[in-house]
Amino acid sequence: MFVKINGKKEEIRAGTLGALLKSKDIEPQMVSVELNNQIIARPDLADTPLKEGDAIELLFFMGGGANTHVC
Amino acid sequence: MAFTEEQLVRYSRHIILSEVGGKGQKKIRQAGVLVIGAGGLGSPIALYLAAAGIGKIGLIDADNVDLTNLQRQIIHHTTDVGRPKVLSAAEKIKDLNPDVEVITYQKHLDAENALKIFADFGYVIDGTDNFPAKFLINDAAFFAKKPLIHGGILRFDGQLFTILPGESACYRCIFPELPPQGVVPSCQEAGVLGALAGLIGTLQATEVIKLILGIGNPLTNRILAYHALETLFREIKIKKNPHCPLCGSSPSITKLEMAIQEVCDFNSLESA
Ligand SMILES: [Zn+2]
Repeated sequence: MFVKINGKKEEIRAGTLGALLKSKDIEPQMVSVELNNQIIARPDLADTPLKEGDAIELLFFMGGGANTHVC
Repeated sequence: MAFTEEQLVRYSRHIILSEVGGKGQKKIRQAGVLVIGAGGLGSPIALYLAAAGIGKIGLIDADNVDLTNLQRQIIHHTTDVGRPKVLSAAEKIKDLNPDVEVITYQKHLDAENALKIFADFGYVIDGTDNFPAKFLINDAAFFAKKPLIHGGILRFDGQLFTILPGESACYRCIFPELPPQGVVPSCQEAGVLGALAGLIGTLQATEVIKLILGIGNPLTNRILAYHALETLFREIKIKKNPHCPLCGSSPSITKLEMAIQEVCDFNSLESA
């Protein structure tokens, strides 16, 4: 089926968000997943089904400028 | 206090904008902005805020300038290598605009000092590159009720968004907790295109100036993501997460100390 991943149309075989992440070699812990503008809690990823036309956003952690430690 | 003749000339390209005017320029002068991290993002942020005539700029950074910083941290020059970043940055700010009061904190942000430092500024900008700091800044901004401009860069991508604590989605609405150590690469490990820091930092500075002036639409409840390789800007809609451990309907983090504890547990794991 066809879905949109980060704005790009893509044909996928995975039936759930969990399977989709697995097929892309993405650890669930390194990403936050939005399905049709709704954040999906990490424990629910494996059981969240996908359907034709779904819009998926994979939001990755991103660092930045200065290494200012805490503690 | 009225602007001097020289200041009217200095800020004339702002004042001529009907959305700014003399009134707006005064708001800019009365504003205090805390810039956390005097690095890749902090460089353009601090320089543009200084040029704009922000009355008070706070800079937090415990590090010294390193040769590897110069590829992107444009507030520091070759002769600054080995010097404290906040000192190097403060000099450039004063040189660019002597009207600006610069307050430097050559230290790490921590549980003890975060709320105390935040209290002295109206706005906070995150220019850090590590996740414990990003979570701490998000949480401290929430408890201090200070608008926060979040930003991040890695490799060829960058992203930013504005957080109005309690009103719009916060960092934890999207990322409830710290990523496990080692799962997410740092700029040091994965690299970053230097000019990207200039772009994202400049966007952060623009967003804080808009908030100060109260003009336009703030970058709230949406992430602006930039992908340099494709020259593509994307907007990702986000919203307040009712399950957010910080700003949700039944938060598990009710005091900054609790957030700090989590951050410190993470750090002790990291150093283990
Ligand atoms: Zn939140």
